[in-house]
Amino acid sequence: MTDTAPRELPLQELDEVIIRFAGDSGDGMQLTGDQFTSISAALGNDLATLPEFPAEIRAPQGTLAGVSAFQVRISDFAITTPGDAPTVLVAMNPAALKAQLPNLVQGGAIIINTDAFSEKNLEKAGYESNPLEDGSLDGYRSYPVPMSQITRDAVAEHGVKPRDAERSKNFFALGLISWMYTRPVEPTMEFIGTKFRGKELVIKANEAAFHAGYNFGETAELFESHYEIKPAELPKGEYTNVNGNTAIAWGCAAAGQLARLPVFLGSYPITPASDILHDLSELKHFGVRTFQAEDEIAAAASAVGAAFGGALAFTTTSGPGVALKGETLGLAVSLELPLVVIDIQRGGPSTGLPTKPEQADLLMAMYGRHSESPMPIVAPKSPADCFNAAIEACRIALRYRTPVMLLSDGYLATSSEPWLLPDIDSLPDIGVDFHTGFNGTNEDGDGIFLPYLRDSETLARPWAIPGTPDLMHRIGGIEKEDESGNISYDPANHQKMIDLRAAKIEGIDVPDVEVAGDPDADFCMLGWGSTWGAIDAAVDRLQAAGKKVAHVHLTHLNPFPKNLGEVLSKFETVICPEMNAGQLVDLVRAKYLLDVKPVNKMNGVPFTTAEIESAALQAIEAS
Amino acid sequence: MTDTSTRTEPADWATDQEVRWCPGCGDYSILTAMRMLMPELEVDRENTVFVSGIGCAARFPYYMNTYGMHGIHGRAPAIATGLAMARPDLDVWVIGGDGDMMSIGGNHLIHALRRNVNLNILLFNNMIYGLTKGQFSPTSEVGKVTKSSPMGSLDSPFNPMSVALGAEASFVARTHDMDRQHMMEMFRRAHDHKGASIVEVFQNCNVFNDGAWEGITKKGNRDSNLISLEHGKPVKFGADGEFGVVIDNGTAKVVSVADVGESALLVHDETKPDPSTAFMLSRLSRGPFEPTPIGVFRAVERIEYATSSTAQLAMAQNDKGAGDLSSLLRSRGTWQV
Repeated sequence: MTDTAPRELPLQELDEVIIRFAGDSGDGMQLTGDQFTSISAALGNDLATLPEFPAEIRAPQGTLAGVSAFQVRISDFAITTPGDAPTVLVAMNPAALKAQLPNLVQGGAIIINTDAFSEKNLEKAGYESNPLEDGSLDGYRSYPVPMSQITRDAVAEHGVKPRDAERSKNFFALGLISWMYTRPVEPTMEFIGTKFRGKELVIKANEAAFHAGYNFGETAELFESHYEIKPAELPKGEYTNVNGNTAIAWGCAAAGQLARLPVFLGSYPITPASDILHDLSELKHFGVRTFQAEDEIAAAASAVGAAFGGALAFTTTSGPGVALKGETLGLAVSLELPLVVIDIQRGGPSTGLPTKPEQADLLMAMYGRHSESPMPIVAPKSPADCFNAAIEACRIALRYRTPVMLLSDGYLATSSEPWLLPDIDSLPDIGVDFHTGFNGTNEDGDGIFLPYLRDSETLARPWAIPGTPDLMHRIGGIEKEDESGNISYDPANHQKMIDLRAAKIEGIDVPDVEVAGDPDADFCMLGWGSTWGAIDAAVDRLQAAGKKVAHVHLTHLNPFPKNLGEVLSKFETVICPEMNAGQLVDLVRAKYLLDVKPVNKMNGVPFTTAEIESAALQAIEAS
Repeated sequence: MTDTSTRTEPADWATDQEVRWCPGCGDYSILTAMRMLMPELEVDRENTVFVSGIGCAARFPYYMNTYGMHGIHGRAPAIATGLAMARPDLDVWVIGGDGDMMSIGGNHLIHALRRNVNLNILLFNNMIYGLTKGQFSPTSEVGKVTKSSPMGSLDSPFNPMSVALGAEASFVARTHDMDRQHMMEMFRRAHDHKGASIVEVFQNCNVFNDGAWEGITKKGNRDSNLISLEHGKPVKFGADGEFGVVIDNGTAKVVSVADVGESALLVHDETKPDPSTAFMLSRLSRGPFEPTPIGVFRAVERIEYATSSTAQLAMAQNDKGAGDLSSLLRSRGTWQV
């Protein structure tokens, strides 16, 4: 079957490749994709990843519902998305092939584990005939490889049982792809040694499988060439590969240090936000206290209690959890305590699509509490930007003593990209002082503490924490008298307090928006959150095609940047791609009376660059 | 100016806010007991926090010259848990009624108890919703006729002591609003206990459920219907101690001491690790018309939640050193461009 003498295959240079590893959820595809990403990062490629996994932990083996995939795009130029469609598909079984083939570009390459194409597996995947034989794959370059068999043969000499041997086949696939794209072997050997430390047999099996895959590429007369992707021109510096949820967790820990406050997280596990709880639970040496509460409400309520005590408090969740926390957030608005609520948006309503992204919680973040309860909203635009956004949310919460909503989504949560590490000393000081002395006098001229006497600039109230002598005071959800904070049912006072709370949020200092692309264009795309990458890439393509296009991207959604209305009103046409039914469009139309056109997508998959490019072209033509 | 150097008086613990409970409400006597107890505890006002939910009882924090938070319905134990974790140095009291703690906040209550967070939880039980003007509560008796149950309530009531013991609370006690000394003693014990303490206070709502507890708390009824639990002593009651409690086949029963002899009586052991006997005692009475135990049902030592949490932080710092941001950002490998 194989030629033992290494052949000299031509080395072909590519500017990019988009590979999608797909298999059963037990096949280790996420691990394989992650490791390929790490090797490529170390080689200096730019990259972006998009994991995709089923909502079920172990859906029935071999079925379409159980397919787990990991897409990685590597390039020799700067990129902002994991790519619209893979050019290479690694299919470990019939279900993976069936589920993923529609995504593959025409003429794309498919590397197939033929051993998995048994009659039983074909049936489970819903194939009536074998796609390897019936012409289904015409129009693609398919590479049939008996991965399971070669893996079993390769690991047999190490005394691994055939049943366990099968588990190493993802490393065979990784070896083969590593050969195809001339990735070095050593980093993966190191990775295997570390990952499976103490399990000698597993290490040996995975190493053998990896080498077998690598050697198979070199010796089997199946491939016409192999490929090289040169390092990308990226700003100089030290990089790490980070996904959005980890970047948020690190941002929370960083914010604690930047504010010189202990961090408290009250959280209830929910997909796709739980990883932030996991990551922060590992950071106890940063003084980070995590509390896994009995429910979403207790998670938020405990954070309110911790904030009252002087902690930098967080609660993490997804849409259904935000709904449950609503009343508690109303309390936080009324108490005017700092609190950061992190919503990793997912498809809804109800349980919806827990592992798929959506941006449809914007109006809930904006209005989803009883009465007039304004909350600032910050939204990161990329996985690495989640770090900055977390710090910015904390800055606003602390400076203005208000709950803040940080809106990320399931796409940013799990996607990763290289991150040029910031200089720690350049991070902002977001510390605020606790109030420690009297700020008023009573009729007798004695000093008193007025918990709702506001700072004239920020309208923030003093934050005096228990343990501070003389400043004993009571706060609560009942309407409070301006300044004294005593219970007040006075009509004029209630109006005043509503107005003050609104003015405080409206007056938050958010940076002006900048116009990317061509500022003097007639056409502009307005976006927020995770659509940034796809919009940015579409702008590049449109500009390359000679179109003049501007791009305005919002990271602050409440309040809007002060110049937003003026900036947008200069364009003849503005379209707004968002993964909801037009929520930012509604807000912008209502506030500025501008006819921004919606471009909506809600199928659980992020916008592709091509979709945005096409929407833009249509809008340009129509104008 | 700190309180530390000066011994306080009850008046120092009162705020300038007008107390707005209905005249004659049982809450007044509880408030008085608390204000009188505070100087005796020799604690500082600035290190004391009262947290409450919603309901008549929940106004309590406004009347104590300490730090305080009047929260939202049912969530006081959860708010207080966050506070006690973030600030283990504070004395945190949680005040709520039977609706607040046993109905909308029942979940938070049992979890605070099982975790053994260092909270002093006072449950003012008047067996009615007062603030919303008289609907049946989760402790109202079956058949209770109210505005929302004109043909009688269908709900079987919770017994707060049974619930607390079921959640394995480490300190469980009961008192009533007609006996200030007993209230002060129970509150003191709750305060001194490290961990979650719950004290149920039989409290009279003189507007919507007046006299609900009279069958056991009225002076003439106490001898025959209140059983004062005392650690290490046989469980006895009656004007001359003529009645007692025995455990018979897994059930607590009232007996005549003359019939069974003193030696057959249950000797109360509040420190017993297994809560089963305390639970049997909590099941002794079906309502405020028959002999009902008050006092400390259970007081066991168990590791306190925030203490454990703090120990983990210390352990992590010991193992990994104080958190360093620069190393954290590099913890998953880096490369140079």
